[in-house]
Amino acid sequence: MWKRSHSVALGLLAGLSLLLLSLPEELAARFKVAFGALYLPLLGLAGAAHQAAQETAGLMVSRRELLRQNEQLRRENAQLRLETLQAAEWARENARLRRLLGWQEQSPWRDRLRLARVTLREPTPWWRSFTIDLGSRQGVRTGLPVLTPEGLVGRTSEVGPFHARVVLVGDANCRVSAQVLNVTGDTGLIGPAGPLDRDLVLLSYLPRTAVVRPGQAVVTSGLGGIFPKGIPIGTVVDVRPAGDGLYLEARVQLAAPLHVLEEVWVLWP
Amino acid sequence: MSWKRFGCYGRNGAEEAGEVGRRRWGRPAPQRVAAWAAWLGKEVPVLRSLQIVATLVLAWLAVFLQAAWDGFRPILGVQPDLLPALMVHTALRTHLVNVFLLAALGGLAMDSLSANPVGVTSLPLLALGLVLHMRKELVLRDQPFAQAVLGALAGAAVPTLTVGLLLSLGHEPLVGWGSLWQGAVLAVWGAAVTPLVFRLFGALEHWFGAAPTGPGSFRPDREIRRGRV
Repeated sequence: MWKRSHSVALGLLAGLSLLLLSLPEELAARFKVAFGALYLPLLGLAGAAHQAAQETAGLMVSRRELLRQNEQLRRENAQLRLETLQAAEWARENARLRRLLGWQEQSPWRDRLRLARVTLREPTPWWRSFTIDLGSRQGVRTGLPVLTPEGLVGRTSEVGPFHARVVLVGDANCRVSAQVLNVTGDTGLIGPAGPLDRDLVLLSYLPRTAVVRPGQAVVTSGLGGIFPKGIPIGTVVDVRPAGDGLYLEARVQLAAPLHVLEEVWVLWP
Repeated sequence: MSWKRFGCYGRNGAEEAGEVGRRRWGRPAPQRVAAWAAWLGKEVPVLRSLQIVATLVLAWLAVFLQAAWDGFRPILGVQPDLLPALMVHTALRTHLVNVFLLAALGGLAMDSLSANPVGVTSLPLLALGLVLHMRKELVLRDQPFAQAVLGALAGAAVPTLTVGLLLSLGHEPLVGWGSLWQGAVLAVWGAAVTPLVFRLFGALEHWFGAAPTGPGSFRPDREIRRGRV
């Protein structure tokens, strides 16, 4: 039976929901972080369980397999050292040429990376995001790029003291200015593809005259001020006219495997 | 000494006993018994508290598992949600206060672990709970088929209402033709899980609730009749 107290409770709950929905973004983020603190004990338990499972799995690997992996990593390390030497030489040449032209020097962003672990993934099907185990206590703030050695992942959005949410490439709240590595260097805007296309994004607003072919690489253009130039995003799958023929739209296969990532790198300013 | 002072009024003394009861306590015996039972229900709500706590704890854990374990998404394309099934059970089997608590705390828990604006999940859950609670007398809530149908409708309705609310607030959730598949999966999941939730809470009531009373050992043909035979 409906009572007066039920009407009061309904009014309070509906009013609270509407109040929370109308809060400024920063206050709403703080409220979410505060309420999410209820899950900190479970996050700690999940992290400990994950670590225990990894250690147990490591104990079950045979000695031969460990030696094989060790040798493979040693070879990769040697190759990467050689590439680093060459890259260092290119960076010095780049800096020398910039000085000659009077351009501002760029600081290499490879020295500003910090490793983070993915703790929770997005439970709803209409957003693309996950949570990492770095927060404001470690110096994380909103708008920091997040990437992996394979390519771009996204940017930080809601930052708590111990955890931060990363909005992924392919989410509507993470639009990235991208450049196709073709002759003309055409630029466009990366946006979401479809709710089931987990590894695909759309590169929209390419000029009608752009020469974009499947297989071409797509990287960040550096425009917008958030993502540095040159971070790989993916490769072109196909191109088609869009917007009633006003521009071209390309589907891009993401380079970073967003949905199986366990560790990412956060780029400090 | 009269046996009446000990409450024994004889075989034909029921009317006289009722009159004495009304003069002494203001109400006849059956009404007094009912009043005592209601008072006991208020003062010792063990089962009601257990239902509230179990529902909220299960919602809290379910939301965490939905975010922490990504096992279903590569196969089904969506993470299954337990909150609609919990709300169906709460609305049909428990009090309205539980509906409000589950909508508020369950919705906030989901929003705190997702990219949703805070407060957007509570309203669809509340709407579902209120509609079901107001019509619970018309529903065959003990039948598994009815539970499955309501679970399917809830599993599809809550995400749809949430997305509608997000669009009306100016957000851009990821929707497309693939959302139909996701909605179908969530509806099937709701249909499968809701009867299990009813069984789980039925088992909790059986373990922690008062045992049903039997018919007792009183037999009218064995009653010792006092007074003149």
